[in-house]
Amino acid sequence: MADYRNPMLGSPLEVKVLTRRFDLANSASIAVYVAHEGYQALKKAFGMKPDEVINEVKKSNLRGRGGAGFNAGMKWSFVPGQTTKPKYVVSNADESEPGTCKDRVLMEYDPHQLIEGIVIAGYAIQSHQGYIYIRGEYRYLMDILDRAIEEAYAQGYLGKNILGSGFDFDLATHTGAGAYECGEETALLNSLEGLRGYPRVKPPFPALIGLYGCPTIINNVETLSNVPHIISHGGDWYAKLGTPNNGGTRLFCLSGHIERPGIYELPMGFPLRQMIEDVGGGVWHGKKLKCVIPGGSSCPVLTADEIDVPMDFDSLARIGSMLGSGGVVILDEDTCMVKAAWRIMKFYAHESCGWCVPCREGTHWLKTLLERFHSDGGMPDDPDTALDVSYNILGKTLCPLGDAAAMPMISILKKFRHEFEEHLKLGSCPYEKRAVNVA
Amino acid sequence: MLSDRLKAKFDSVIARYPLKRSAIVPLLLFAQDEIGYVSDEAVEEIARRVGVNPIEVIEDIGYYSMLHRQPVGKFHLQVCTNISCMLRGGEKIFEHCAKELGIEHKQTTPDGLFSLEEVECLGACCGAPAMQVNYDFYENVTPEKLDALLADLRKKDQGSRIKD
Amino acid sequence: MAEPIKLSIDGKPVTVPPGTLLIEAAKQVGIEVPSFCYYPGLSLQGACRMCLVAIEKMPKLQTACTTVVTNGMVVHTDTPEVANTRKSMLEFLLTNHPLDCPVCDKGGECELQDAVFRYGAAETRFLEGKLHEEEKKFSNLVYYDRPRCILCFRCIRVCDEGMDVNAYGIGFRAAHSEIIPNRGEQLECEECGMCIDICPVGALTSGTYRYKTRPWEVTYTGTICNHCGDGCRTTLSVRNNVVIRANNRDHSGLNGEFLCVKGRFGWDFVNSERRLKSPLLRKNGKQEEASWEEALTFTVERLKTILAEHGPGAVAVIGSNRTTNEEDYLLQRFARTVLGTNDIDHHRTADFSSLVRALTEAGATDRYATIEDISAAKSLLLIGNDPTHQHPLIAYQIRQAVRQHGARLYIVNSREIKLRRQSSQYLQVKPQGEAEAVRALAGQAPAAQDLCAGGTGALTALADALKKESDTVILFGDEIQGQTVNDLVTCGLTLPGKTRFVALGDYANSRGAADMGLLPDTLPGYQPLSNEKARERMESAWAAKIPAAPGRNIRSIFEGIRAGEIKALLVFGANPVKTFGLDNAALTGLQLLFVAELFRTETAELANVVVPAASFAEKSGTVTNTCGEVQALKRTMRQAGTRSDLEILLALARLFGQRWTYQSPEDVLREIIALVPGYDIPLPSLLVGRAVPTHPEGRPPALERPDLVFSSRDSLFTSGTLSRYSWALNSVDEAKKPYGHAF
Ligand SMILES: Cc1cc2nc3c(=O)[nH]c(=O)nc-3n(C[C@H](O)[C@H](O)[C@H](O)COP(=O)(O)O)c2cc1C
Ligand code: SF4
Ligand code: SF4
Ligand code: SF4
Ligand code: FES
Ligand code: FES
Repeated sequence: MADYRNPMLGSPLEVKVLTRRFDLANSASIAVYVAHEGYQALKKAFGMKPDEVINEVKKSNLRGRGGAGFNAGMKWSFVPGQTTKPKYVVSNADESEPGTCKDRVLMEYDPHQLIEGIVIAGYAIQSHQGYIYIRGEYRYLMDILDRAIEEAYAQGYLGKNILGSGFDFDLATHTGAGAYECGEETALLNSLEGLRGYPRVKPPFPALIGLYGCPTIINNVETLSNVPHIISHGGDWYAKLGTPNNGGTRLFCLSGHIERPGIYELPMGFPLRQMIEDVGGGVWHGKKLKCVIPGGSSCPVLTADEIDVPMDFDSLARIGSMLGSGGVVILDEDTCMVKAAWRIMKFYAHESCGWCVPCREGTHWLKTLLERFHSDGGMPDDPDTALDVSYNILGKTLCPLGDAAAMPMISILKKFRHEFEEHLKLGSCPYEKRAVNVA
Repeated sequence: MLSDRLKAKFDSVIARYPLKRSAIVPLLLFAQDEIGYVSDEAVEEIARRVGVNPIEVIEDIGYYSMLHRQPVGKFHLQVCTNISCMLRGGEKIFEHCAKELGIEHKQTTPDGLFSLEEVECLGACCGAPAMQVNYDFYENVTPEKLDALLADLRKKDQGSRIKD
Repeated sequence: MAEPIKLSIDGKPVTVPPGTLLIEAAKQVGIEVPSFCYYPGLSLQGACRMCLVAIEKMPKLQTACTTVVTNGMVVHTDTPEVANTRKSMLEFLLTNHPLDCPVCDKGGECELQDAVFRYGAAETRFLEGKLHEEEKKFSNLVYYDRPRCILCFRCIRVCDEGMDVNAYGIGFRAAHSEIIPNRGEQLECEECGMCIDICPVGALTSGTYRYKTRPWEVTYTGTICNHCGDGCRTTLSVRNNVVIRANNRDHSGLNGEFLCVKGRFGWDFVNSERRLKSPLLRKNGKQEEASWEEALTFTVERLKTILAEHGPGAVAVIGSNRTTNEEDYLLQRFARTVLGTNDIDHHRTADFSSLVRALTEAGATDRYATIEDISAAKSLLLIGNDPTHQHPLIAYQIRQAVRQHGARLYIVNSREIKLRRQSSQYLQVKPQGEAEAVRALAGQAPAAQDLCAGGTGALTALADALKKESDTVILFGDEIQGQTVNDLVTCGLTLPGKTRFVALGDYANSRGAADMGLLPDTLPGYQPLSNEKARERMESAWAAKIPAAPGRNIRSIFEGIRAGEIKALLVFGANPVKTFGLDNAALTGLQLLFVAELFRTETAELANVVVPAASFAEKSGTVTNTCGEVQALKRTMRQAGTRSDLEILLALARLFGQRWTYQSPEDVLREIIALVPGYDIPLPSLLVGRAVPTHPEGRPPALERPDLVFSSRDSLFTSGTLSRYSWALNSVDEAKKPYGHAF
């Protein structure tokens, strides 16, 4: 009885690789998938040596779509070839980074693309078991994937001796139950082992000691969904879709104060300004842009002056932010940045796993400080204290969630300091009086 | 008593993993879907089936925000107020729910029909403001659409809590 | 050995073995890296972030507790960034901390307080409301105060990894995370209190100690636990002549930080209201308070009469499993030379004599295992007994061996003891089948088909596995006695490497009682009474005659009393009526029943004379643990009205006209060192608190009958008579559960 529309609104500027089948009727079915190039890449991969598959992926400059942007082929190559232990492929479908909702459509409209990518990854590292870790809220996607997996087994794309290659691969879905931190790869592994989603001390990295202590690769849904295309059309072809070192296309989720919120597949390096103005139809209601969160709430924010940037990992790093998970959130001129910061901190304080001191105590501190600052009035020292607290979290936590909280906080405190001062001067929020627009 | 269907599901889920305890979280969620919350009996049963101490199951329940130790409403309204939704009125939607139902965050109506929870990003940011009723997504929600939805749900009162 | 690793820390060169953690490497050159969650021997957490240090070529600070050193590493722990980080981690910890130090049990010995003192935390900038939670009572002995908890997870790990009890978990998450007990609001566990001791702050507190005192108001005395036979060292905290705490915070002694529930909480019998404070003398059928002089004179007069009328054969003596070596030694001297009887025995809980004889005959008296040997063992064979309950420290040592360096544990037992969880092979035999299994392993007699569940194949598998091990430590309970001990030793010595042995006896000085000759046929140091030379040696030292004929064992003593042959029985620190299940009529034929005791036990109730004895906390002396390690008790306090067994014996001897010249327990110990074979131990080591191993050598006579050696099978929460007078031990619910109840 759900009520939502397909967020793929379409734009002439899109370059459709991953989403090419989305418009087909019944695109999630194996019949449609197979009729449209489906499982051809798998056949091709079986004709290659596992190392050749890895090299092709390396060549493609496919970088992790989960947020960190690590070269996927490189990650796979860390898995030891010789080992008596089983190996695992885990697809990270925990998608919980605020502003991000792209893995959802990839699973809803083309689950077999993901399955094929996982089997190819399994073949590349010679693993025989895969899991798709899906956030608990995405129950309907689990149902879709379970059905697709069943179909793939029935037609011999999963299970024993796939396509007569002699290669066996089993795949199952696994549900989370509400925890952002379980998207962090080692926390995800613990969660998949039935434990609380606490991250593990690294090193050792999962490629060596992962699920059940065995070599494991963990990749985002979108990362793995790209793999069949890379194998079919070659790493070079894929690399050329994007910018140097940033191969392919990417699903960008435009949300917030944007005229046409939706998901758009655009080449890596697509200019942010054009993304907002031409793809997304500009800031809503003709308002002015105040701020952009370029890749999910963990990224340092950009001001309206900073949007002339190509949307790829390296370019955003160069200007002190991150491409992250592809969640582009637009904040218009009427947005209170103190409130935005508070809401973001509320999220991290809620989602901190509580394992390490700076994140557990620091996010709670920032949240409560901002809450008071915004609604009950601030103290002159508050912005400095918040900045200092953020720096005391940054780089000192066990997993990157602490950084994910500190980075946006620091950027807001630095770039929008004047808004904090305004609050102090006024003794209340200057924006609350202006009507909040509801779509 | 857990239903036979649930027990069969338990068996098939446990069989997916080389280590039984991997099944704990899925089993908890499936049990909750059927019972409405995680009962003591479910805790004991799951612990027994996967061969761990009950406290290890309880630890998981505390960690995962979707798991409850107390019954929630037949229709569990989960309203996102995270950044993308906040920017498009998610808080208004939450307040509207609260006002209409006369309950607050993590409360249940006396008739047990509705419960309300303010949740973090649901992965529906491009359809903000978004909410879930049990597992069903509702996006681009407006107060008017919400009123219609609540009326609809009241009518559907006889249906089962989860979709099959 | 692999090449050592060279690195530099704050400019100091350091060389350590590969695999060393940076935090440990720093310690070696005297550089302290602060830490909360790191705890040697427990798994790594990386949670508190106190140990962040700068390592050159690393972009971020690194946790010293998880970083394994590498060659050429250049580490700085003294940079402003590191200093600021420490300060800020403390500031974070204090945000939700109540800072109720003035009323906190841990005040003065709190690691958080110390760290703030040393590394500072800016004046608090946290202006928000602190998260508050009410204190929770997990059990009568363990309380939890969430706001004080810094979530270092030491308690969880010591319970899981150290104790294998797994009673703790973590509830909720983020800033609301908290420690939760395993049964809803309640803790059901072994109640060892290790979690309380290991807690760096005042979050876990002891039900017996909390809010009683400030740590600097008490006096601390290191002594030895008086319960089981393992001999844990413990520090008693005494205030106003009352024991208020026992722990082992300095980790001294063979038990390191370990104490079980009895050692940590079960000392409170010392303070019991029901302690005997005055001698009792039976007058007109009723026990009435009397003076010491009256009681002792009466006793000696009555003894003299009986001796005169019926000869020494009419007097018998029963010794204790808990009194000191010095007291035991004097008791048998008193019996043999003053009373002239060898009718002296005690409740034997393990067949130490047979072990000594077997090792002596095999020329292998270097093969007594120590407590340390157990944790260092690569392979362990445990036959019978249930160490989790009967020998908590040994069970801990066994678990350490398995966990810390992968030792293999082999178990032969008729019950499903908890240690089977650590075992590589667990041979469950039919009830009382342990001895048969040993005889079969030793090739002495074939095993019956139904001996164990897996058929004889399982036995063969065990034998094969043991042959592939080396340096096995073999531990056995009362199930193995007499000739079977011999079989076990003979067979064990054929295993590769240096096989070592431990006989598992019940109580604090069970071993000492045997060593000191509280036996009818054996002189101190396992010298047979029938050995003329041995007898003469003691006779000349004591300038007195020892009757040459072996005396009655404890069962024969009871028979002798029933038969009217024995008229007087002296009992020191034992409760034979209960232990041996004697019926009401069993002792009625006596003309004198003298009992020296802490409490009015079933035996004491029947006595003509009861004298109040001092407890272990009120006296000095030595005890020998079940492994044969001697340790010193240290007097901690006084209990008005009581006298130690040693003082009682000296007084009795004096009344008998003896001129014994001992001034103190040390004088007796010196004589023991000089005269008792195997006890030639260095006195200074003892006095500085070490455990000194002994290697007795002797050929005591064979065990007369099988019902002389039996364990009381105390549980974790019982300890013969003493536990009955311990509020702490009786207050925990687990004590009411059946024996063997596993956690
Ligand atoms: C707090 C946190 C949450 C994360 N959540 C997700 C997530 O929901 N989905 C995801 O794919 N990666 C997530 N990641 C990144 C993963 O740790 C990991 O880098 C990623 O799954 C690797 O796959 P990729 O290389 O294909 O991106 C998260 C990381 C952190 C620190
Ligand atoms: S940074 Fe936060 S989420 Fe990550 S381990 Fe620490 S407390 Fe947990
Ligand atoms: S109770 Fe003590 S030992 Fe346990 S986590 Fe808290 S501070 Fe650490
Ligand atoms: S193990 Fe034995 S000696 Fe040690 S504390 Fe417990 S009862 Fe006392
Ligand atoms: S922010 Fe509401 S669904 Fe993502
Ligand atoms: S001691 Fe290193 S993180 Fe706690």
